[in-house]
Amino acid sequence: MYNRMVVDERRVTRAEVERADLLFHALADATRRDIVRRVLQAEHSVSDLARRYPMSFAAVQKHVAVLERADLVTKHQRGRERIVRGRIDAVRDVNRLLEGLETVWRDRMERFGEVLAEGGQGEQQ
Amino acid sequence: MSVTDIHKDPTALTMRVTSEWDAPIASVWRLWADPRRLERWWGPPTYPATVVEHDLRPGGKVSYFMTSPEGEQHQGWWRVVDVEEPHRLDLEDGFADTDGNPDAAMPTTQFTVTFAELPGGATRMVIESRFPSSEAMDQMVEMGMEEGLAAAMGQIDAVLATA
Repeated sequence: MYNRMVVDERRVTRAEVERADLLFHALADATRRDIVRRVLQAEHSVSDLARRYPMSFAAVQKHVAVLERADLVTKHQRGRERIVRGRIDAVRDVNRLLEGLETVWRDRMERFGEVLAEGGQGEQQ
Repeated sequence: MSVTDIHKDPTALTMRVTSEWDAPIASVWRLWADPRRLERWWGPPTYPATVVEHDLRPGGKVSYFMTSPEGEQHQGWWRVVDVEEPHRLDLEDGFADTDGNPDAAMPTTQFTVTFAELPGGATRMVIESRFPSSEAMDQMVEMGMEEGLAAAMGQIDAVLATA
Protein backbone atom coordinates (compact mmCIF):
# COMPACT_ATOMS: atom_id res chain seq x y z
CA MET A 1 0.00 0.00 0.00
CA TYR A 2 2.73 2.38 1.02
CA ASN A 3 4.86 1.32 -1.91
CA ARG A 4 2.00 1.63 -4.32
CA MET A 5 1.61 5.26 -3.31
CA VAL A 6 5.27 5.95 -3.83
CA VAL A 7 5.17 4.42 -7.27
CA ASP A 8 2.18 6.47 -8.23
CA GLU A 9 3.82 9.63 -6.94
CA ARG A 10 6.83 8.99 -9.11
CA ARG A 11 4.59 8.68 -12.15
CA VAL A 12 2.52 11.71 -11.30
CA THR A 13 5.66 13.74 -10.84
CA ARG A 14 7.10 12.75 -14.18
CA ALA A 15 3.87 13.52 -15.98
CA GLU A 16 3.55 16.81 -14.19
CA VAL A 17 7.09 17.84 -14.96
CA GLU A 18 6.29 17.31 -18.62
CA ARG A 19 3.16 19.32 -18.20
CA ALA A 20 4.97 22.14 -16.43
CA ASP A 21 7.34 22.29 -19.39
CA LEU A 22 4.39 22.84 -21.75
CA LEU A 23 3.13 25.58 -19.44
CA PHE A 24 6.50 27.33 -19.29
CA HIS A 25 6.87 27.22 -23.03
CA ALA A 26 3.38 28.62 -23.52
CA LEU A 27 3.97 31.44 -21.05
CA ALA A 28 7.49 32.30 -22.22
CA ASP A 29 6.05 34.71 -24.78
CA ALA A 30 4.82 38.19 -23.79
CA THR A 31 1.88 38.22 -26.21
CA ARG A 32 0.68 34.85 -25.00
CA ARG A 33 0.92 35.99 -21.39
CA ASP A 34 -1.12 39.04 -22.27
CA ILE A 35 -3.74 36.90 -23.99
CA VAL A 36 -3.99 34.62 -20.94
CA ARG A 37 -4.37 37.62 -18.66
CA ARG A 38 -7.17 38.99 -20.83
CA VAL A 39 -9.13 35.79 -21.25
CA LEU A 40 -8.86 34.94 -17.55
CA GLN A 41 -10.75 38.10 -16.79
CA ALA A 42 -13.27 37.78 -19.60
CA GLU A 43 -13.80 35.54 -22.59
CA HIS A 44 -12.79 37.01 -25.94
CA SER A 45 -13.34 35.96 -29.50
CA VAL A 46 -10.24 35.21 -31.55
CA SER A 47 -11.02 38.10 -33.89
CA ASP A 48 -11.38 40.47 -30.95
CA LEU A 49 -7.97 39.36 -29.66
CA ALA A 50 -6.50 39.77 -33.12
CA ARG A 51 -7.60 43.40 -33.20
CA ARG A 52 -5.68 44.10 -30.00
CA TYR A 53 -2.24 43.06 -31.21
CA PRO A 54 -0.15 44.45 -34.03
CA MET A 55 0.06 41.13 -35.82
CA SER A 56 -1.91 39.06 -38.27
CA PHE A 57 -5.03 37.14 -37.39
CA ALA A 58 -3.13 33.94 -38.22
CA ALA A 59 -0.33 34.84 -35.79
CA VAL A 60 -2.79 35.45 -32.95
CA GLN A 61 -4.54 32.24 -33.84
CA LYS A 62 -1.22 30.39 -33.51
CA HIS A 63 -0.61 31.90 -30.08
CA VAL A 64 -4.05 30.78 -28.97
CA ALA A 65 -3.33 27.26 -30.24
CA VAL A 66 -0.14 27.07 -28.13
CA LEU A 67 -2.08 28.21 -25.06
CA GLU A 68 -4.77 25.66 -25.79
CA ARG A 69 -2.21 22.83 -26.02
CA ALA A 70 -0.86 23.84 -22.61
CA ASP A 71 -4.42 23.76 -21.30
CA LEU A 72 -4.23 27.41 -20.29
CA VAL A 73 -7.26 28.36 -22.37
CA THR A 74 -10.26 26.64 -23.91
CA LYS A 75 -11.84 27.52 -27.21
CA HIS A 76 -15.38 26.96 -28.39
CA GLN A 77 -17.52 27.97 -31.33
CA ARG A 78 -20.34 30.47 -30.92
CA GLY A 79 -22.06 31.32 -34.15
CA ARG A 80 -19.33 32.44 -36.51
CA GLU A 81 -17.00 33.38 -33.64
CA ARG A 82 -14.45 31.27 -31.84
CA ILE A 83 -14.53 32.18 -28.16
CA VAL A 84 -11.42 31.86 -25.98
CA ARG A 85 -11.63 31.48 -22.23
CA GLY A 86 -8.88 31.19 -19.57
CA ARG A 87 -8.46 28.13 -17.34
CA ILE A 88 -7.51 29.10 -13.82
CA ASP A 89 -6.94 25.43 -12.93
CA ALA A 90 -3.78 25.48 -14.99
CA VAL A 91 -2.26 27.89 -12.50
CA ARG A 92 -2.91 25.45 -9.68
CA ASP A 93 -0.94 22.73 -11.44
CA VAL A 94 2.38 24.20 -10.39
CA ASN A 95 1.43 23.86 -6.76
CA ARG A 96 0.46 20.27 -7.37
CA LEU A 97 3.85 19.67 -8.93
CA LEU A 98 5.61 20.96 -5.82
CA GLU A 99 3.37 18.88 -3.55
CA GLY A 100 4.07 15.71 -5.52
CA LEU A 101 7.76 16.41 -5.26
CA GLU A 102 7.56 16.91 -1.51
CA THR A 103 6.16 13.40 -1.14
CA VAL A 104 8.94 11.96 -3.30
CA TRP A 105 11.57 13.58 -1.07
CA ARG A 106 9.90 12.65 2.22
CA ASP A 107 9.95 9.01 1.11
CA ARG A 108 13.54 9.31 -0.04
CA MET A 109 14.63 10.71 3.30
CA GLU A 110 12.87 7.90 5.13
CA ARG A 111 14.88 5.37 3.13
CA PHE A 112 18.01 7.49 3.56
CA GLY A 113 17.62 7.07 7.32
CA GLU A 114 17.23 3.30 6.96
CA VAL A 115 20.34 2.89 4.85
CA LEU A 116 22.29 5.21 7.15
CA ALA A 117 21.26 3.23 10.24
CA GLU A 118 22.96 0.15 8.81
CA GLY A 119 26.22 1.98 9.30
CA GLY A 120 29.55 0.93 7.89
CA GLN A 121 28.59 -2.57 6.79
CA GLY A 122 29.28 -3.82 3.29
CA GLU A 123 27.32 -3.10 0.17
CA GLN A 124 24.78 -5.88 0.37
CA GLN A 125 21.32 -5.22 -1.00
CA MET B 1 16.80 12.41 13.11
CA SER B 2 15.35 12.77 9.65
CA VAL B 3 13.42 15.57 7.96
CA THR B 4 13.17 18.70 10.08
CA ASP B 5 11.80 21.13 7.51
CA ILE B 6 10.46 21.30 3.97
CA HIS B 7 10.22 24.73 2.48
CA LYS B 8 8.49 25.20 -0.87
CA ASP B 9 8.65 28.48 -2.69
CA PRO B 10 6.33 28.46 -5.70
CA THR B 11 7.52 31.89 -6.81
CA ALA B 12 11.16 30.95 -7.06
CA LEU B 13 10.13 27.39 -7.95
CA THR B 14 12.42 25.93 -5.35
CA MET B 15 12.09 23.34 -2.65
CA ARG B 16 14.42 22.95 0.31
CA VAL B 17 14.48 19.74 2.32
CA THR B 18 16.37 20.01 5.60
CA SER B 19 17.23 16.87 7.52
CA GLU B 20 19.33 15.99 10.54
CA TRP B 21 21.04 12.67 11.10
CA ASP B 22 22.60 11.16 14.16
CA ALA B 23 25.66 10.12 12.19
CA PRO B 24 29.03 11.59 11.26
CA ILE B 25 29.26 13.75 8.17
CA ALA B 26 31.39 11.15 6.35
CA SER B 27 28.67 8.52 6.74
CA VAL B 28 25.98 10.85 5.42
CA TRP B 29 28.21 11.81 2.49
CA ARG B 30 28.81 8.13 1.68
CA LEU B 31 25.11 7.64 0.91
CA TRP B 32 25.66 9.88 -2.12
CA ALA B 33 29.21 8.85 -2.93
CA ASP B 34 28.71 5.07 -2.87
CA PRO B 35 26.53 4.02 -5.83
CA ARG B 36 25.33 0.85 -4.07
CA ARG B 37 24.10 2.90 -1.13
CA LEU B 38 22.71 5.66 -3.32
CA GLU B 39 20.51 3.33 -5.33
CA ARG B 40 18.95 1.93 -2.19
CA TRP B 41 17.38 5.22 -1.16
CA TRP B 42 16.99 7.10 -4.45
CA GLY B 43 14.18 4.89 -5.77
CA PRO B 44 11.34 3.23 -3.83
CA PRO B 45 11.55 -0.58 -3.31
CA THR B 46 8.93 -1.26 -5.96
CA TYR B 47 10.55 1.18 -8.39
CA PRO B 48 14.19 0.43 -7.66
CA ALA B 49 17.03 2.53 -8.95
CA THR B 50 20.09 0.99 -10.55
CA VAL B 51 23.12 3.24 -10.80
CA VAL B 52 25.13 2.54 -13.96
CA GLU B 53 27.81 5.23 -14.10
CA HIS B 54 28.92 7.09 -11.01
CA ASP B 55 31.66 9.67 -11.42
CA LEU B 56 31.23 12.12 -8.60
CA ARG B 57 33.80 14.65 -9.78
CA PRO B 58 33.21 18.10 -11.26
CA GLY B 59 32.08 17.52 -14.85
CA GLY B 60 31.39 13.87 -14.10
CA LYS B 61 28.22 11.96 -14.86
CA VAL B 62 25.99 9.70 -12.85
CA SER B 63 23.49 7.66 -14.80
CA TYR B 64 20.76 5.46 -13.43
CA PHE B 65 17.52 3.82 -14.37
CA MET B 66 14.44 3.05 -12.35
CA THR B 67 12.49 -0.12 -13.06
CA SER B 68 8.71 -0.07 -12.85
CA PRO B 69 6.72 -3.04 -11.50
CA GLU B 70 5.94 -3.86 -15.14
CA GLY B 71 9.64 -3.99 -15.93
CA GLU B 72 9.72 -0.67 -17.77
CA GLN B 73 12.97 1.26 -17.36
CA HIS B 74 13.07 5.01 -16.85
CA GLN B 75 16.49 6.49 -17.48
CA GLY B 76 17.85 9.40 -15.50
CA TRP B 77 21.15 11.19 -15.14
CA TRP B 78 23.04 13.71 -13.06
CA ARG B 79 25.62 16.07 -14.35
CA VAL B 80 28.07 16.83 -11.56
CA VAL B 81 28.58 20.58 -11.52
CA ASP B 82 30.70 20.88 -8.41
CA VAL B 83 31.88 18.72 -5.52
CA GLU B 84 33.42 19.71 -2.24
CA GLU B 85 33.73 16.54 -0.19
CA PRO B 86 32.11 16.17 2.33
CA HIS B 87 30.37 19.54 2.43
CA ARG B 88 28.72 20.27 -0.86
CA LEU B 89 27.35 18.71 -4.03
CA ASP B 90 26.03 20.65 -7.04
CA LEU B 91 24.06 18.51 -9.45
CA GLU B 92 21.83 18.80 -12.44
CA ASP B 93 19.24 16.03 -12.59
CA GLY B 94 17.44 15.14 -15.81
CA PHE B 95 15.55 12.48 -17.69
CA ALA B 96 17.05 10.47 -20.52
CA ASP B 97 15.71 8.54 -23.46
CA THR B 98 15.79 4.73 -23.59
CA ASP B 99 19.45 4.79 -24.72
CA GLY B 100 20.39 6.88 -21.70
CA ASN B 101 20.99 10.07 -23.69
CA PRO B 102 19.74 13.28 -22.03
CA ASP B 103 16.23 14.09 -23.18
CA ALA B 104 16.43 17.68 -24.40
CA ALA B 105 12.66 18.04 -24.47
CA MET B 106 12.43 17.54 -20.71
CA PRO B 107 13.27 20.17 -18.14
CA THR B 108 16.13 19.53 -15.73
CA THR B 109 16.33 20.22 -12.03
CA GLN B 110 19.33 21.79 -10.29
CA PHE B 111 20.26 20.43 -6.89
CA THR B 112 22.54 21.78 -4.25
CA VAL B 113 23.19 19.51 -1.30
CA THR B 114 25.07 20.89 1.68
CA PHE B 115 26.32 18.93 4.66
CA ALA B 116 27.21 20.49 8.02
CA GLU B 117 28.50 18.99 11.25
CA LEU B 118 26.35 19.69 14.28
CA PRO B 119 27.54 19.69 17.89
CA GLY B 120 27.59 16.15 19.26
CA GLY B 121 28.61 14.53 15.99
CA ALA B 122 25.28 14.80 14.16
CA THR B 123 24.97 16.03 10.58
CA ARG B 124 22.59 18.43 8.92
CA MET B 125 21.87 17.90 5.23
CA VAL B 126 20.06 20.50 3.16
CA ILE B 127 18.86 19.58 -0.32
CA GLU B 128 17.75 22.50 -2.40
CA SER B 129 16.15 21.80 -5.77
CA ARG B 130 15.50 24.49 -8.34
CA PHE B 131 13.30 24.02 -11.36
CA PRO B 132 13.97 25.78 -14.63
CA SER B 133 12.64 29.09 -13.44
CA SER B 134 11.51 31.86 -15.72
CA GLU B 135 9.38 34.94 -15.78
CA ALA B 136 6.67 32.54 -16.80
CA MET B 137 6.68 31.16 -13.28
CA ASP B 138 6.20 34.61 -11.77
CA GLN B 139 3.39 35.06 -14.19
CA MET B 140 1.68 31.89 -13.01
CA VAL B 141 1.78 32.96 -9.40
CA GLU B 142 0.56 36.40 -10.29
CA MET B 143 -2.31 34.88 -12.21
CA GLY B 144 -3.15 32.76 -9.19
CA MET B 145 -3.50 35.91 -7.14
CA GLU B 146 -5.71 37.40 -9.78
CA GLU B 147 -8.04 34.47 -9.45
CA GLY B 148 -10.35 36.30 -7.06
CA LEU B 149 -10.51 39.28 -9.35
CA ALA B 150 -11.26 37.07 -12.34
CA ALA B 151 -14.14 35.42 -10.49
CA ALA B 152 -15.56 38.77 -9.45
CA MET B 153 -15.52 39.94 -13.01
CA GLY B 154 -17.15 36.78 -14.31
CA GLN B 155 -20.48 38.36 -15.06
CA ILE B 156 -19.16 41.00 -17.41
CA ASP B 157 -17.43 38.43 -19.62
CA ALA B 158 -19.99 38.62 -22.36
CA VAL B 159 -20.00 42.41 -22.46
CA LEU B 160 -16.22 42.65 -22.78
CA ALA B 161 -16.08 39.87 -25.34
CA THR B 162 -18.14 41.90 -27.75
CA ALA B 163 -16.35 45.18 -27.04
